[in-house]
Amino acid sequence: MAEHAPAPVKPPFWNDPWIRAILFQAIALVVTIAFGLYIFDNTQANLRRLGIASGFDFLSSPSGFDIIQSLIPYSATSSYGRVFWVALLNTLLVSALGIVLATLLGFVIGIARLSKNWLISRLALVYIETFRNIPLLLQIFFWYFAVLRAMPAPRQSLNLGDMVFLNIRGLYLPAPEFQTGFGWVLAAFGITVVLTVLLARWARRRQRATGRQFPIFSIALALLLGLPLLTFWLAGSPLVWQIPELQGFNFRGGWVIIPEMASLLLALTIYTATFIAEIVRAGIQAVSHGQTEASLSLGLTSSLTLRLIILPQALRVIIPPLTNQYLNLTKNSSLAAAIGYPDLVSAFAGTVLNQTGQAIECIAITMAVYLTISLLISLMMNWYNRRVALVER
Amino acid sequence: MNPLKTFTTVTILLLTASGAAHAGTTLDAIKKNGFIKCGVSDGLPGFSFAEKGNYNGIDVDVCRAVAAAVFGDPTKIKFTPLTAKERLTALQSGEIDVLSRNTTWTSSRDSAQGLNFTGVTYYDGQGFLVNKKLGIKSAKQLDGATVCVQAGTTTELNLSDYFRTNKMKLTPITYDKSDESAKSLEAGRCDVLTSDQSQLYAQRIKLAKPDEYIVLPEVISKEPLGPVVRHGDDDWFDIVKWTLFVMVNAEELGVNSKNVEEMKKSTNPDVKRLLGVEGDKGKDFGLANDWMAVVIKQVGNYGEIFERNVGQGSPLKIQRGLNALWNQGGLQYAPPVR
Repeated sequence: MAEHAPAPVKPPFWNDPWIRAILFQAIALVVTIAFGLYIFDNTQANLRRLGIASGFDFLSSPSGFDIIQSLIPYSATSSYGRVFWVALLNTLLVSALGIVLATLLGFVIGIARLSKNWLISRLALVYIETFRNIPLLLQIFFWYFAVLRAMPAPRQSLNLGDMVFLNIRGLYLPAPEFQTGFGWVLAAFGITVVLTVLLARWARRRQRATGRQFPIFSIALALLLGLPLLTFWLAGSPLVWQIPELQGFNFRGGWVIIPEMASLLLALTIYTATFIAEIVRAGIQAVSHGQTEASLSLGLTSSLTLRLIILPQALRVIIPPLTNQYLNLTKNSSLAAAIGYPDLVSAFAGTVLNQTGQAIECIAITMAVYLTISLLISLMMNWYNRRVALVER
Repeated sequence: MNPLKTFTTVTILLLTASGAAHAGTTLDAIKKNGFIKCGVSDGLPGFSFAEKGNYNGIDVDVCRAVAAAVFGDPTKIKFTPLTAKERLTALQSGEIDVLSRNTTWTSSRDSAQGLNFTGVTYYDGQGFLVNKKLGIKSAKQLDGATVCVQAGTTTELNLSDYFRTNKMKLTPITYDKSDESAKSLEAGRCDVLTSDQSQLYAQRIKLAKPDEYIVLPEVISKEPLGPVVRHGDDDWFDIVKWTLFVMVNAEELGVNSKNVEEMKKSTNPDVKRLLGVEGDKGKDFGLANDWMAVVIKQVGNYGEIFERNVGQGSPLKIQRGLNALWNQGGLQYAPPVR
């Protein structure tokens, strides 16, 4: 029965598809590395020939210039490395605020776009079509050179209750100064956050098990506000406000939102929100109308339908393109250079590059940073996407 | 910093070889192209300013003179307007052959940045432009002021130094373009505009109401401005350097664009050498023997280009001051043609 098949003729090794595949990969790898090394070597040789300094030693030498906005202590005696962190934080600040604000505005406009109220949906449409189709740089210039330039001079500031001042130099806000004992308030706040999370979990489990609802929202709110406020009072109000004061040329003290940042943030938010609004609309419309009808016939109100039935399903459609918009917003924030906001491109890839002349290093670092930020945002959004994605059973 | 370092090294690999090897010398490349690539300012009256499609100014004339030296034709130039931030990289990377853009000669630019300054076309110093309404008489009163300054300049560094030494609080706003600084000063976004004094006078002309602004008396720095070339090509460096020296020498010897032909008959051996009548000093540069005469004829001597662009023949009306010849109380001095 067992009839031996003739032993297969072994093909020569260069015809073996497996070996071939590996061989070609290896060749490709070697060529790529060789090309890379060639470019690296060529660059090094050219820099040496032109007598241009290279390397990263410049990061520790003093910068010698001041920066208008810094989230960490900085002065002209700080190092170029410090400038990098100042600039990076400025980029992250405007991006993070922009992402939050654009998301809020985008969701509101996107839902308004689907409103049954004719006026609201038309207004949303006009907003989207206008701001989506004007170049972002132009919008930044509009806010910076047209709108915020119309503010009064420091001595004629708009005054809100002697606490908040608005003028052409920015919006001046009182700054909190924490006294000893404020740590207790922070601790109390931390405890309430943990408590709230535990409570919410318990409430969800109980509802799943028994169907009884728990007024989680109002109780959580009361907890979150109540306990820290109580501690604050018990600790003897360990917080004073530093009010901005007009001294000489400018207001001093307090917090200031400079117009460079305000106009950049406004433009980024308003521009990106239009795209987010369209994404939200598309996401909602992607949920079959049958779901709404089923939910309404089960007796859910239309707001509950939106919150519990439509949005969770719409999010699956919304998240991936939303990630794109977040990445765009972050990268678009580099237009800051046009209006003098000290972001990474303006302060580091601009001023530092120019003062040191080390173009390759500065640009390489900047590119690496934007790549890292983008990858991090993508990672976070992918993680969230997996959480809300449809689990098929 | 270490992971970042590795990361950036990798990124460098991805960058195309910046400033890919220049084939041959700068002069050969220029002759092959048929024009000189000259980097100038993006708009500074008196120094380089585009009007009706034509560039004018003292920095522009320096480039014209170099073109006259090389081609015998001052129009064989491609001008590239550059911001302060772009200028040095543009030169390093070979995008331009010579940078003539009110650029200050400093040690780090000469050494670490791989550049060579070929001389000083204009001795300048940093000053402050303020609105008269502020009632300020001295820069020492500027404590707490918001100051507009151009990004990536020596001015930016001097400003910080000055405020620090005088223990004053500074809020700087740095713009890429000088026009934006001027607009911000007018709108009141900043109290003061700081720059080289010559630029302040030039900027003031461009304001809507120039009379409302004054330049404060303090000069807080030395700003020798001059043309720049890349390290590593000495022949080209010599040509640009001596083009300027020729113009200064011409003024000293009384040779100008009008009388250059007559002066060729002069008996003064200095003049004869300068104009290529005697000896072959011109040929030593790899150029026509009479290139110096051509420069003077087509562009003029130093005094002519000064007066025409920034001096009495211009709206700026700047005095010669430090920029007078050495034998008239100034600093302009050129080695002899010999």
